[in-house]
Amino acid sequence: MVEQILTIAQSEPAEAVTFATADGMLGTVWLLVAIPLVSAAILLLLGKRADRWGHWLGVGAIGAAFVLGLTYFLQLRGLENKQVELSLWDFMAVGDLRVDFGLLFDPLAAVFVLLITGVGFLIHLYAVEYMAHDAGRRLFFAYFNLFVAAMLLLVLGNNYVMLYFGWEGVGLASYLLISFWYGRPSAATAGKKAFLMNRVGDAGLAIGIFIMFAMLGTTQYDEVFNGVGSLTSTTVLVLGLLLLLGAAGKSGQFPLQAWLPDAMEGPTPVSALIHAATMVTAGVYLIARSNAIFSANETLQLVVVSVGALTLLMGCIIGAAKDDIKRVLAWSTVSQIGYMFLGVGLGGGAYALAIVHLLAHGFFKANMFLGAGSVMHGMNDQVDIRRFGGLSKYMKVTWLTFMMGWLAIIGMFPFSGYFSKEPIIVAAFEREGWTAWLFGMAALLGAGLTAFYMTRLFVLTFHGPKRWTEDIEHPHESPKLMTVPLILLAVGSVGAGFLLATSVPDWLSATNGLAAESGEHAPVLAHWLLTALSLLVTVLGAGLAWFLFRAGTATEPQPAGVVVTAARRNLYTDAFNEAVFEKPGIFLTRALVFLDNRGVDGLVNGLAAAVGGGSGRLRRLQTGFVRSYATSILTGALLVVAAFLAVQAGWLA
Amino acid sequence: MTELKLPSIDYAALAPILIMLGAALLGVLVEAFVPRRLRNVVQLGLALVAMLAAIVMVILNADDRLITVGGAIAIDGPTLFLQGAILVLAVMALLLVGERTVERGGAFVAHAAVTAESAEDRRQAEGVGGATEVYPLMSFAIGGMLIFVAANDLLTMFIALEVFSLPLYLLCALARRRRLLSQEAALKYFMLGAYASAFFLFGVALIYGFTSGIPGRGAGVDFATVHAAVTESPSSPVLLFAGMALLAIGLLFKAAAAPFHVWTPDVYQGAPTPITGFMAACTKVAAFGALLRVFHVAFAGASWDFTPVLGAIAVLTMLVGAVLAVTQTDIKRLLAYSSIANAGYLLVGVLAPSREGLSGTMFYLAAYGFSVLAAFAVVTLVRDADGEATHLSRWAGLGRRSPFFAAIFTFILLAFAGIPLTSGFTSKFAVFGPALEANQAWLVIAGVLTSMVLAFPYLRVVVMMWLSEPGESTPTVTVPGALTSAALVIGVLATLVLGVVPGPLLDLTTGAAEFVR
Repeated sequence: MVEQILTIAQSEPAEAVTFATADGMLGTVWLLVAIPLVSAAILLLLGKRADRWGHWLGVGAIGAAFVLGLTYFLQLRGLENKQVELSLWDFMAVGDLRVDFGLLFDPLAAVFVLLITGVGFLIHLYAVEYMAHDAGRRLFFAYFNLFVAAMLLLVLGNNYVMLYFGWEGVGLASYLLISFWYGRPSAATAGKKAFLMNRVGDAGLAIGIFIMFAMLGTTQYDEVFNGVGSLTSTTVLVLGLLLLLGAAGKSGQFPLQAWLPDAMEGPTPVSALIHAATMVTAGVYLIARSNAIFSANETLQLVVVSVGALTLLMGCIIGAAKDDIKRVLAWSTVSQIGYMFLGVGLGGGAYALAIVHLLAHGFFKANMFLGAGSVMHGMNDQVDIRRFGGLSKYMKVTWLTFMMGWLAIIGMFPFSGYFSKEPIIVAAFEREGWTAWLFGMAALLGAGLTAFYMTRLFVLTFHGPKRWTEDIEHPHESPKLMTVPLILLAVGSVGAGFLLATSVPDWLSATNGLAAESGEHAPVLAHWLLTALSLLVTVLGAGLAWFLFRAGTATEPQPAGVVVTAARRNLYTDAFNEAVFEKPGIFLTRALVFLDNRGVDGLVNGLAAAVGGGSGRLRRLQTGFVRSYATSILTGALLVVAAFLAVQAGWLA
Repeated sequence: MTELKLPSIDYAALAPILIMLGAALLGVLVEAFVPRRLRNVVQLGLALVAMLAAIVMVILNADDRLITVGGAIAIDGPTLFLQGAILVLAVMALLLVGERTVERGGAFVAHAAVTAESAEDRRQAEGVGGATEVYPLMSFAIGGMLIFVAANDLLTMFIALEVFSLPLYLLCALARRRRLLSQEAALKYFMLGAYASAFFLFGVALIYGFTSGIPGRGAGVDFATVHAAVTESPSSPVLLFAGMALLAIGLLFKAAAAPFHVWTPDVYQGAPTPITGFMAACTKVAAFGALLRVFHVAFAGASWDFTPVLGAIAVLTMLVGAVLAVTQTDIKRLLAYSSIANAGYLLVGVLAPSREGLSGTMFYLAAYGFSVLAAFAVVTLVRDADGEATHLSRWAGLGRRSPFFAAIFTFILLAFAGIPLTSGFTSKFAVFGPALEANQAWLVIAGVLTSMVLAFPYLRVVVMMWLSEPGESTPTVTVPGALTSAALVIGVLATLVLGVVPGPLLDLTTGAAEFVR
C-alpha cells in the first residue's frame, strides 16, 4: 500500500519535497564527516610525533567511516521516507539569509558515502605501501583524510552552502595533493592550474547560489526544489548554466577540462581517489542533486547533454594519442564523466543510469589507476607506455586486475561497464527527433574509441616486446598491501556492474526526482540492435588496437597526420586558453598595474603629499606666542558669533 | 524686609561633590600639619579614599533624578554617569600622579618657587620628593568638574569652570624637569583660559538679558528658564544667538575644539605627563558633559540653528587635529592633536539630537579617557637620564628594546585609530551611528575621512617602534611601579573589554541618557 502511494507520488512531478528528521542511529550521521576531519587535524597538529603511526590512523579513520556508512545505509533501508535530515546548528544568520549547518542522508548521498569511504579505504590501504618511502607520508594522509571529510560534507550537506563548503574543501585538498611534490615545477604548476580553472567553475557555482538566495530567499535543498516552479524559465536557465559551469570545472568537462590530465602530477593514489573515483564526479552529483532545476528547462538539458557528448568524444580522441599511462587514464576519466553528464542531461530515468555508471567507474578506474601505480612502482616510476611491454609475465596480479578494469571500461559483457554504459547509449537514442541520432551516435562512437585507446594502453603495457629503458632489469610485482586492494577493486569491476544496474535505480528512486519515469518512448533503433551495435563497435575498436599494437610501437614520437597531432596537443584547447584567456589576461594585468601605479597610487600619493604639505604649513600657525593664539581665538569667536547671527537672520541654512 | 528663604539641599545627592571638596580642604590642612616625610603617603591615601568614597556615593545615588540647591544642581542620569566617569578616570590619573619609583621623587617639582635652571633647581631635579600640594589641587579640580557636569544654571556652571580650571593652571606649572616649558604652558593656559572664561561670562550676560520679559516668569540663567525663553521670549533673538555663540566658545575652549584648540599642544607638551593625561581624560569629560547639558537642555529648542554652526566647528576640529597630527615630532604633541580630533568626533555625538547620540557621546568619553590615560602612562615610562624622551625619533626601534610596552602602546594607538576589537571602534560607531540616523551624514563622512588621515600618524609611530633599528639614542622603558602598572592595566583592559563586549557599558549609558529639566 505504502509503496503504491509512493509510486503514485513519484510520478507526480509537482509533489513537494519533504525531508524526515534524522533520529536514532541516523542522528549521528555527522560522525561520517567528523571522524576523517579529526583524524586529519591530529595528523596535522601532532607533526613529526605522528610519523610512525599516522598512516594507520588515516586508514583506520576511513575504515571506521565506511563501517558507519554501511550501518546508516542499512538503517535507511528500513525507513518510509528515505530522505532524512539532521540540522546541527545555525551556520549563518545574516539578515534574511539563514543557512543551516545540516546534513541530508538520502539514497543518493548514501551511495556516494559508500563509494567514497569504500573505494577510499582501499586506496588508503594501498597508499600506505605506495608512499612508504616518502618522507611526507603522514602529511599525505592528513590531506587525504581532509579530502574525504570535505567530500563527505559535499555529498551530505542539506543545502547549497554546505555543498559549497565541501566543494571548496575538496578543491583545497585536491590542490594540496596535486602539488604534494611541490619541489617539482611541473607538480607546482599543475596544482596552480587545477586551482585556477576550478576557480572559474566555483565562481559560477557561487553566483548560482547567490541567484537562488536572491530569487527564492533560501539555499536549503527542499525549499529550493519546491520553489523552482515559481521561477521564470530564463532564471532557471541562467541558474542551471551557472551550476553547470561549477560542475564542469570540478568534473573536468568542456570547456574546463584542461586541468584534470595535468593533475596526474600528484601521487598515484591521489589520481585514483580524487581525480578518478570521487571528487571529479562531484559535478555529476551536483546535477543529479539539482535535478529539479535541470529537469525544469529543456534548453538547459540540451546544453548538459551537448557538453557531455562533446567531452566524451574529446576525451577519447586525445586519450588515443597520449603516451603517458596516467594521462591516458586521465583523459579516459574525462571521457567517462562525459558519459555521466550525457546521462544526467538526458534526465528522467537516465539520472539513475549516470549514477550507476559513476559508481561502476569509481571501481574500475580506481582499479586501473592503482594498477598503473603498481606498474610504475615496478618500473622505476616510468610512465611512458612506449617504454613498457611484456609486463604480463612479471606482474601477474597487476596484469590480471588491470585486465578486469580494461574489460570493464570498454563495456565488454559481462563486466560492469557493459551494464552501466550501454543503458546510457540506449537512453541517448531515446531522445526525440534528430538529436536522438546525434547524441546516440556520439555515445556509440565514444564506445568504439574507448575500446581502441584502452586496448592500446593495455596491450602496449602488458604485452608485446619489451621496450624498457636500460636501467630496468627485472620488474617486480608490488607488495601485498598494494595488490590486495587491486584484487578487491578488480572483483568490483567484474561483479559490481550487474549488481548496481539491477538494484541502484530502484534504490535511488527514493530520492526526489531520480525515479525512473514509466512509459518512456522507445529508442529510434530497437533495443537489441543497439546492444549488438555497442558490443560490435567495442570489439572492432579493441580488435583494431590489438592488430596495430600487438607488435609494440616505436619508442620515439612519430610524424603523424592532422588529427593525431591535434590530439597530442589536447585538440589545441590549451593553445586556445592561452591565446584567448592567458594573453589578454596578462595584458589586462599589466594595464591595471600601470593604472594602479600611475593613477591610483598617484592619486593616493598626491593626496598624502597634499595632507603633509598642508600640515607643514598649518603648523607654522602654531607659533607658540600667546598673542597669536589669542588672535586666533578672537577670530574664531567673531566667526562663530557671525555664523550664529547669520543663521538667525536666515542667511545660512 | 522679606525673610530669607533657604533652598532645600539634598546632601546625599551632593555627597560626591562634598567629599571631593572636603578632601581637598583636608589636604590643605595636611600640608600644614603633617611632617614632610609622611605627607606624600597621607595625601595620596586621602585623595584615593575620597575618590573611592565619592565613587561609592555615585553608585548609591545611581537612581537619583532630581534638582536640588534651589535649582542650581541637577542630579540625573548623565550627571551621575559623567561624575562616575570623571572619578574613575581621576583614580587612574591619581595613580600616575602618585608614582614615585619611575622617577625619584615623582613627576612634580619639589618647590614651585625655585627659579628654573638655577643650581637649586638642578639639585631638586636629582630626586627631592615632589610637592604634595598636587593632591589637594587635584581634589579641588575634580570637585569642580563634578559640579560642572551637574550645574543646572549658567552661573553655577561658570563658578565650577573656574573651580576646576584654576588648580589645573597650577598643576601644569609643576613639572620636575623642563620647568621653563612647564611654566610657559601654565601661563599660556591661564591667560587663554581667562580669556575664554570672559567669553563665557559675557554669553551668560546676554542670555540673562534674553530671558527677561517672558510672561509669568522672572529673568534667570537656570536652564529651565533659558529653555522656556528660547521659544517664548519676546526679546531680540540676536541676544540669544550671540549669547549662545559666546557660551559655546567658552565651553569649546575647554573641550579643545578648533579654532579654540590653540593652547592644547603647548599645554599638553609642557604639563607634567600625569597631569596631561588627567586633562585629556577628565577635563574632556567635564567639558563635553557641560556642552551636552547646555545644548540638550537649555538650547534644545534652537537645535536647528546651532547644529550647522557646531557641525562646521566639528568638521574643522577633526581636520585640524588630523592634518596637524601628521607632521608632529613629539609624542605628547601628537597625542594633543589626536585629542583635538577626538573632540571633533565627540561633537558629532553631541549634535545627534537623540537618546542614542547622548549615550554614544558618554560612552565615547569614558572609552577615550581610559585609552588616553593608558597612552600617557606609557609616555611616562619611556625615559632616559634627562627624564621622559618624548621626541618621536627617540621612539625608533622601541619594539626591539621593550617589546611588551611597545605592544601595549601599539594596541592603544590602534584603538585611537578605531580598529575593531578595541574601544576606539565601538565608540566611534556609537557616535557615528546616531549621527547617520539624524541625517547628518556629512559629519560622519568627515569623521571617517579624517580618521583615515589620523591613522597615518598613529601607524607611523607603530612602524617606527617595530620596523626601525634601535639607535644609540633609543631610550629604555623604565619598569613601572605598582601605581603606574595599575593605571596601565586598567586602561588597556578597559580599551580591550569595551572593544569586545561594549554591551554592558552601552546599556548603562543608554539607561542614563536622560536629562532632568
